Amino acid sequence: MSAIPVTPGQAAAFTEPWTLPSKGRVGMLSLIIGESAIFTIFVVAYVYYIGKTLYGPTPAILEVPWFNSIALLSSSVTIWLAEREIERGRMRSFAALWGLTVLLGVIFLAGTGVEWHKLIYLDGLTIHTNLFGTTFYSLVGLHATHVVVGLLMLGLVLVFTLTGRIREEHSERVQVLALYWHFVDAVWVVVFTVVYIVGR
Amino acid sequence: MADQSIPIAGSLDVTPPRREERTRLLEWLHGWVVTVDHKRLGILYVVYAIVFLLIAGAEALAIRLQLAWPNSHFLSPEIYNEMFTMHGTTMVFLVGMMIIFGFANYLVPLMIGARDMAFPRLNAFSFWMSAFGGLLLYYSFIGGFGLYGMGAAPDVGWWAYAPLTAKAFSPGHATDYWALALIVMGFGTLGTAINVIATTLSMRCRGMTLMRMPLFVWLMLVVSGLTLVTITPLTAAQIMLVIDRYLGGHFFDTQAGGSAVIWMHFFWIFGHPEVYVLVLPAFGIASEIIPVFSRKAIFGYPAMVAASVGIAFVSLGVWAHHMFTVGMTSVGNTFFVLSTMLVGIPTGIKIFNWVATVWGGKIRFKVPMLFCLAFLFQFLIAGLTGIMLSVAPWDWQLHNSYFVIAHFHYVLVGAIVFNIFAAIYYWYPKVTGRMLSETLGKWHFWLFFIGFHVTFDTMHWVGFMGMPRSIYTYEADRGWGHLNLIISIGGLIQGIAVLVFAWNMVHSYLRGREAGSDPWDAWTLEWTTPSPPPVYNFAADPVVHSRRPLWDLKHPEDPDWKYEQ
Amino acid sequence: MKSMIRERFAPAIRVSLWLGVCVASTPAARADGPQRIPSIFAPASTPAHSIFGLSMFVLTITGGIFLVVGGLLAFALVRFRARDDDDTSEPPQIYGSTQVELAWTVIPILIVVVLFLTTARIIFAIQDAPKPKDALDVTVVGHQFWWEFRYPKLGIVTANELHVPVGSATYLHLLSADVDHSFWVPQLAGKTDLIPNHPNETWMDPQQTGLYVGQCAQFCGVEHAKMLLRVYVETPEQFAAWVKEQQEPGAQEEQAAAGRHIFETEACTNCHRIAGTAANGTFGPDLTHLMSRATIASGAAMNTPQDLHDWIQNPDHVKPGALMPAMQLGDQQIDELVAYLTTLH
Ligand code: HEA
Ligand code: HEA
Ligand code: HEC
Ligand code: CUA
Ligand SMILES: [Cu+2]
Repeated sequence: MSAIPVTPGQAAAFTEPWTLPSKGRVGMLSLIIGESAIFTIFVVAYVYYIGKTLYGPTPAILEVPWFNSIALLSSSVTIWLAEREIERGRMRSFAALWGLTVLLGVIFLAGTGVEWHKLIYLDGLTIHTNLFGTTFYSLVGLHATHVVVGLLMLGLVLVFTLTGRIREEHSERVQVLALYWHFVDAVWVVVFTVVYIVGR
Repeated sequence: MADQSIPIAGSLDVTPPRREERTRLLEWLHGWVVTVDHKRLGILYVVYAIVFLLIAGAEALAIRLQLAWPNSHFLSPEIYNEMFTMHGTTMVFLVGMMIIFGFANYLVPLMIGARDMAFPRLNAFSFWMSAFGGLLLYYSFIGGFGLYGMGAAPDVGWWAYAPLTAKAFSPGHATDYWALALIVMGFGTLGTAINVIATTLSMRCRGMTLMRMPLFVWLMLVVSGLTLVTITPLTAAQIMLVIDRYLGGHFFDTQAGGSAVIWMHFFWIFGHPEVYVLVLPAFGIASEIIPVFSRKAIFGYPAMVAASVGIAFVSLGVWAHHMFTVGMTSVGNTFFVLSTMLVGIPTGIKIFNWVATVWGGKIRFKVPMLFCLAFLFQFLIAGLTGIMLSVAPWDWQLHNSYFVIAHFHYVLVGAIVFNIFAAIYYWYPKVTGRMLSETLGKWHFWLFFIGFHVTFDTMHWVGFMGMPRSIYTYEADRGWGHLNLIISIGGLIQGIAVLVFAWNMVHSYLRGREAGSDPWDAWTLEWTTPSPPPVYNFAADPVVHSRRPLWDLKHPEDPDWKYEQ
Repeated sequence: MKSMIRERFAPAIRVSLWLGVCVASTPAARADGPQRIPSIFAPASTPAHSIFGLSMFVLTITGGIFLVVGGLLAFALVRFRARDDDDTSEPPQIYGSTQVELAWTVIPILIVVVLFLTTARIIFAIQDAPKPKDALDVTVVGHQFWWEFRYPKLGIVTANELHVPVGSATYLHLLSADVDHSFWVPQLAGKTDLIPNHPNETWMDPQQTGLYVGQCAQFCGVEHAKMLLRVYVETPEQFAAWVKEQQEPGAQEEQAAAGRHIFETEACTNCHRIAGTAANGTFGPDLTHLMSRATIASGAAMNTPQDLHDWIQNPDHVKPGALMPAMQLGDQQIDELVAYLTTLH
């Protein structure tokens, strides 16, 4: 049962440098591709059902959440700056920017909460009211869920940073996580356009 | 394998095991539960899948017993519908998906000279998710109607067309278990797919360029990429279904303006690529085994890679060939006829390349090769019946008839299961260190081969004679009786074959001949390691210079790297 | 060695199977008219005919492909098997050949083009065929687990047994009251689904009188298997007579008054309609002319007093899972009910 050694030797010894993509990035990108497919299906369902609602409230009752959207999108900028800071090892400003990102994310969630409260109690639109309710809450809700998950992970990083457990050498992983956040923001652009611009 | 020290004798003898023995047994079990080793997880996947193959096969036998005679009362209609739904769901998700990802887990790192998968913990998580999903699905047998009283399994068909799945038409929890199980398994599968991609792209040993990867690895890479965009639509659709059933949503509620057809689209956007997710690894297996037993390098490697990628891409645009009868426009139908037929071209390239690989070789008819050769013939036919189905007008006749059942069993059994068996006979020595018995193997092959053809060749025929699928019984005067009896007999023969196979697995594990590191005189990296491979696979990280590192070693006079560009 | 030889016969077996199918089917195809076996190879109406032609064309081409590719493979297996007297040397290694690979990419492309064009022609020929003015319109409503047939222009409502005139086109408008079903009478046309909230249409123009059988071809629940179809193709005279009969209100014969009373006082009327009486339920089949049908419960039982009796006593017994409840009636009452139903000509 002796193993045959596979070593250079007969062939011209191995010269060219051997570099491979970071597995973290590859993994996260794959996850993002998969997630995009999920969102695509929900978006398709939403678009397909626009105007097909037989009764009850219609998208006309929606108000465009400019404020939330700006908050969320700007969080993409702050997190990007934060990435640069950690690469350069400036941990304090990294912590600050990272915290700001989390804050902006929370603001977005709060905004969505307010919007939903109005829809539910003033306009009487719930997920089982009609087709519009079903598709609206599931699409926006699916995105909100992703924001929540993102925030949990960002929050963890924040805690570890403040307790000084995250240092320069972790910048790679932090950036992988940031990728996910950028994705969540990008998805919002799509959802926003479909639901509040096209759909109304 | 470390666990060859299982105290089997101890656990068999009646006297209660002594303390330290028991603790050793517990440690051993515990070891399997907490393991993150890609090889052990691979074994867990495959064993889990084989168990479910027996169960789903038993369900198939129940189906066949019921259909053997017209107007038979062996199964009640309700039970029959549960049987074929569970049979299909289990075979596709718990047998097919599990076993291919099992092989991917075990082989990919070994073949690319890596020490483990990219994310070992995610790997374990994925397996246990999928495993849990399987239990959830089968728990419905008990919990279908809620815990009191007898339960009921899902009975809506594996495509679960709306609105039959709505609470109004499917009360009870059976359908919920089905949806939830598929969601859970979906996440497991997604995790594994991500893992395989990251491993193949980021863990290759020095010199293992993409165009030097064994075709099996290539196909697992393609399959995993396809899985990313295939399983997820299913998950999305299932979430919608759950929203409908639990939160009173209206996605598929035709009373509230919802559409039944959009579910079909969502399901088949998953469902069609899914079948290629299942078959491409089978192609990979064939592309490893056929060259070794023909003693020739695979013919047209670059074309094989291109064809695989091509198949994956085209397969994303053909789903509605499952929906020719739902009343699409003539233009829509025509489009999907074309896209579907196009798949035939890359697939043809593969078939021809395999034939060309055999051509001019010195073929050794060992059991793995036998299964692969049967696969070649059977997949050829299955593909051609697929082309017949893709002819929309003909499909208006054939759709939901037993011809379709015959078509896809020809692929799922005649291609995939046959290659799975080939793979097990081929890699079992590597995994266990022992050869599977060749004689039992031949028995297994010929019984399964004959049973397969008795069953599924005949099915085409009853399909032509107008027998629809999903029916728990049929009228005597339709004249389908004799053929169905033959089909059922074939099923029994397959059953016996599978039992022979199971026996072979056990018997050879205990009594089989020592395998050595390279029993087949093969060429890929996994055969450089001892059998079974040590925990970290390779003592020293290997370096490769061609697609067949071991060929280079065994034939220094004309190594591959001289010819490959 | 031995295995190899049997491998060689494998293709031969399958070829003969294919030929078998063609042979078995062609005579049926010549002998037009209704068959006991609803074979797709015994077409008796234009759509079914053109599909049959197309299918034979495709079968020939695919059969040819199989013979060529399968033949090559079988030959290779015999020719290049390892002989017992072989030395251990490896055969020459060939890595590929651009010309050959190009060839077997181009030829399939050409075949696909041919297949596609012929298919497209038939698709448009059948799906977009101009509707003749004199075409008969029938609305088909799928129910769990029975068929409702409405002739809007003729004011007829009936169930499970469709009557159409020979030689002229009938257009079916397909609706569903609950889940998906599929209308399939192989000898007359391909199947088309009945989907709630998604109206469909199909057509046929039978050329031979007689009884054509088929059944629901989309899984629709417990009794999907017993959702059988009967299509009576009749001469114009027979058809006209049938129409006239169906347009009559339900019979009101004196000797059946007792049964009729039970029918109207029991819940029957909630689900069944009998024209000219108080009964106008729509959940179940219209019973106005029950006796004009040969079967009941969409083919699950024959339309005999005995079967009617069993059915009313306990539908679940005749057709487990049927959506008609057992009405807990005494034999006496049931007999009277049956006596009444049997007057509904
Ligand atoms: C692994 C599984 C698998 C595979 C590989 C395939 C492969 C193919 N399938 Fe099949 N199929 C299924 C699994 C699979 N299928 C299942 C499970 C169902 C039923 C689902 C359900 O309803 O429950 C189904 C149903 C199904 C339908 C719908 C039938 C219906 O419900 O009405 C159709 C219709 O077009 C179809 C077509 C095809 C085609 C064209 C291929 C092609 O990929 C085949 C390509 C191969 C060849 C063509 C042969 C080799 C090529 C050559 C030798 C070159 C020369 C040939 C030509 C130029 C034509 N399949
Ligand atoms: C990988 C996929 C796969 C595999 C391998 C099989 C294998 C088989 N299948 Fe099936 N089948 C499907 C996937 C598969 N099937 C799918 C997707 C459907 C559609 C479902 C739907 O319509 O919803 C289907 C539907 C289907 C039907 C149609 C049911 C209907 O529409 O009414 C039939 C009917 O004959 C059938 C038969 C068989 C038979 C005889 C086998 C044989 O090859 C089985 C051989 C194996 C065995 C016989 C196992 C023997 C084991 C024992 C005897 C040991 C038992 C002991 C213990 C359990 C401890 N299958
Ligand atoms: C809850 C509704 C309901 C009630 C009440 C009901 N039926 Fe029915 N009936 C049905 C349905 C649904 C069918 C079709 C069953 C099938 O074919 O699957 C049917 C079928 C029938 C048929 C066969 C018709 C055919 O052509 O197939 C007869 C006869 C019949 N019912 C008689 C009766 C009588 C008599 C009563 C009263 C004692 C009655 N029904 C009460 C729903 C009902
Ligand atoms: Cu109606 Cu099946
Ligand atoms: Cu398909």
